[in-house]
Amino acid sequence: MPIDVRMPTVLRQHAGGQATVQANGDTLGDAVEDLVRQFPGLAGQVVTDDGTLHRFVNVYVNDDDVRYLDKLDTKLSEGDVISILPAVAGGDG
Amino acid sequence: MLRLAPDVHRQMVGHCLDRVPEEACGLLAGPPGAGTAEVCYPVKNVDESARTYTLDSLGFLRADRDADERGLEVIGVFHSHTHTDAYPSPTDVDKAPDPGWHYVLVSLRHGEAVVRSYRIEDGNVAEEPVVVEGL
Repeated sequence: MPIDVRMPTVLRQHAGGQATVQANGDTLGDAVEDLVRQFPGLAGQVVTDDGTLHRFVNVYVNDDDVRYLDKLDTKLSEGDVISILPAVAGGDG
Repeated sequence: MLRLAPDVHRQMVGHCLDRVPEEACGLLAGPPGAGTAEVCYPVKNVDESARTYTLDSLGFLRADRDADERGLEVIGVFHSHTHTDAYPSPTDVDKAPDPGWHYVLVSLRHGEAVVRSYRIEDGNVAEEPVVVEGL
């Protein structure tokens, strides 16, 4: 079941320059594993070495932040769209 | 160089002024690789702070989708400094997510808004000229 994955500009260089790629998986974790299989340069960019979501990215399935769903265990259905976005923050504090 | 459409400049500065005393933030979108911001997306600062900002990620998602539908992409982020100059703080530099982006600072320190833009790559900050088109 291929799922569309929307890549942020900063990661497109690791994904053949594409804005949207496809990944297979029944859960978000499986889909990210499949992404890294296709694009080894993405290793460590979305999921840390200890298998949790990187704190520098926000991942959405459709309109939902997966941190408020089941994180990497979030189930995927046909037609879902995964969006990966960099966390954007700053300030002098 | 970063070129800003006049509406983008007006909307960006207006949003920063509206949010005082908090830091305001938002995204800029334009044609890929052109260095021209054609659309401004004000985005909520979830920190609701005068000293830090964190861009609301759902706002980012919506801006990204809208830009994509227009054939544009997010090319940069702006935020205000309400009490310091328009120069990236060490935290701004440390947290800059994308070396391809334009990092726009809007300083409100001296009343009138001062807009400056920077490229940030591997912790190195380089200022670039900002041109408001049609001015």
